[in-house]
Amino acid sequence: MATSAKAPEASAPAASGRDIKAAVKEAGFAALITFGLCIPIIAWGTRQNMDNVLVLDPRWDAVAWAVLIVFVGRLLIVLRKQGAAGRKSMVRFLPQGTFAFFERHSRKFSLFGLGFLVTFPIIAINLAGWGGALKWIDNFGIQILIYVMLGWGLNIVVGLAGLLDLGYVAFYAVGAYSYALLAKNFGLSFWILLPMSGILAAFWGMLLGFPVLRLRGDYLAIVTLAFGEIIRLVLINWVDFSGGYAGISGIPRPTFFGIPFNANDDGFAARFGLEFSPLYRTIFLYYLILALALLTAFVSLRLRRLPVGRAWEALREDEIACRSLGINTTSTKLTAFSIGAMFGGFAGAFFSARQGFISPESFVFMESAIILAIVVLGGMGSLWGCAIAAIVMIGGTELLRELEWLKAIFGSDFDPTKYRMLIFGLAMVVIMIWKPRGLISTREPTAFLKEKKTISADMVQEGHG
Amino acid sequence: MEVFLQQLINGLTLGSIYGLIAIGYTMVFGIIGMVNFAHGDVFMLSAFIALIFFMLIASWFGAALIVVALIVVLALAMFFTALWSWAIERVAYRPLRGSFRLAPLISAIGMSIFLMNFVQVVQGPRNKSTAPMLNKSITLIESATYSVQISYKQIVIIVTTAVLLAAFWYIVQKTSLGRAQRACEQDRKMAALLGIDVDRTISITFVMGAALAAVAGVMYLVLYGVVSFNDGFIPGVKAFTAAVLGGIGSLPGAVIGGLLIGLIEVMWSAYFTIDYKDVAAFCILAIVLVFMPSGLLGRPEVEKV
Repeated sequence: MATSAKAPEASAPAASGRDIKAAVKEAGFAALITFGLCIPIIAWGTRQNMDNVLVLDPRWDAVAWAVLIVFVGRLLIVLRKQGAAGRKSMVRFLPQGTFAFFERHSRKFSLFGLGFLVTFPIIAINLAGWGGALKWIDNFGIQILIYVMLGWGLNIVVGLAGLLDLGYVAFYAVGAYSYALLAKNFGLSFWILLPMSGILAAFWGMLLGFPVLRLRGDYLAIVTLAFGEIIRLVLINWVDFSGGYAGISGIPRPTFFGIPFNANDDGFAARFGLEFSPLYRTIFLYYLILALALLTAFVSLRLRRLPVGRAWEALREDEIACRSLGINTTSTKLTAFSIGAMFGGFAGAFFSARQGFISPESFVFMESAIILAIVVLGGMGSLWGCAIAAIVMIGGTELLRELEWLKAIFGSDFDPTKYRMLIFGLAMVVIMIWKPRGLISTREPTAFLKEKKTISADMVQEGHG
Repeated sequence: MEVFLQQLINGLTLGSIYGLIAIGYTMVFGIIGMVNFAHGDVFMLSAFIALIFFMLIASWFGAALIVVALIVVLALAMFFTALWSWAIERVAYRPLRGSFRLAPLISAIGMSIFLMNFVQVVQGPRNKSTAPMLNKSITLIESATYSVQISYKQIVIIVTTAVLLAAFWYIVQKTSLGRAQRACEQDRKMAALLGIDVDRTISITFVMGAALAAVAGVMYLVLYGVVSFNDGFIPGVKAFTAAVLGGIGSLPGAVIGGLLIGLIEVMWSAYFTIDYKDVAAFCILAIVLVFMPSGLLGRPEVEKV
């Protein structure tokens, strides 16, 4: 790897433009490093034997495979780079101008996407039947939409106001526990508690945000992380209040404006003269989260055009300039923080109503990291980017559950879901290196002189914030 | 009094481990201004590497010479962990240098997720425990109700930490390598103009930070005798707290911060409640950052317009 920058220059004068020897040397170096990395951690697996004593299993075949894969992969990359030495060496997965094309017709695509989302349950039922559709709507539709909504909510904080928040899951937890506790203990209905959870989360956002918002950049990130962890640890330890590790179960499920989804005579199916199926509730939940997500998108699109939204974006670009223009940075940051928290609270209330059971396990730091990854990988500030990133990252990892046929290749004890988060982490690194600004990285100004132009984010020098 | 003395010893032991991890955070933050999120997981990885080497040595040579085994394992774990950290820097951070602010942080979070799950996949999700070692202890104060003891492993941990920190301090303060590091910390562009290989210096910083994290990993394994794939996150955040408390960018600050965090955690568990000991550490982090962002020994950050 050390010579990768020099190798193309050295081989450029040669007519063929390829220097096999240098490439092999470099691939050999990468393979050697891989061998070193594999030695202790892959070469010997630790395993508890029958007497509960730890024993070592040598696994040199796995090391050999890893080294071989790295050698071949590195060799191909180097050769490709050498071949492209004269030209602009860039890997293109999509033809030139794909993103520009999508951006030009973004309204059409938005309408198309909306149409698809609205008809998704019907498509799923037609394709997979009544039995199979449940999985598709629940695992893919609702799961992805929750993350899309959380991504759009966090996008207000990170993408618009430029405040790096690593503890967003805290507000998700506040919303979820607010709904669960109030619904269980006071019997309030979902439709009263949904706004209430949002308000409570926003209140917590303000409470936590107030002392820390004068911090900047990475420090703010770490403090928000600390708050997220504090809330989770309190939920674990305050057993009387939250049930501790055991969590809260038997949370009332949402009703169709007062009509429950059950098999009774006053249930949804009986009232509308339909045959009972658990699918109705899932479809209802699907449209509910779709509406909530669209509300988030609508509010953040509209807020961008208000003075407060413009102040957010100005704050993201240059905080010092903002202050000298007389913008109250504290209250501007606080509004972003609490509005973002509010949407997190809505999503949390929905989550606990959908699951019927919550525990602190659902609100670990990893969730915050996933949501932040969705925002940043999608391209900060871009709603489309968030949605695409959520579909790729969440849908992609959910798809791994479906890859049963891989067992035929790798043997029956091969479990693709084991690699879910491994691939997730790797994808985060790879996408960042491929596109450090995220998948959709153009900035669309809300105020313009004559015509609207999109600006590549690379042109924007970002200030600290 | 006896209880306090005992907790002081326990706290210093734990604090040494936090201090060793904290140095990795503080050096990397000082030189490239980035929170190396994967550092806690590098620490966890080093504990696994140490575990495997301990078992290998035990199966090849028997468990007779525990001190020799400890030194050999320490050296091997430092080497292999440093190699991992070097590779991580090359693959995940170097291509993003000079990119926008959040990119390396996201890449580091991705790397942290990757490392945690990598270890889970290759070594299994269960807790891994070693045979207890260095179990004897010396009784310092004998009283009717409570006797203060210091175990051999606590002595080993405190002594090793002190020796390595002295060596490390020498490298940073007295050698040309350390001078290059301090120059890069102050102004990377200027250092490059004066003929310092900045990329190499940054690589070496990662390697040194990882080597100290490996020492912490071995000590953690010796102290607790058990390690699991998700053991990196909480010590990592606490070590970062220590680095911030001591003043980020300052080496003695990281050690003092580590010792303080270790003491606070142990005292909190002893005198208040063990349930909220992590909450205490996180609260300290928030309070320090809000009221004293430059920490105990750090330089206040001057904002250039």
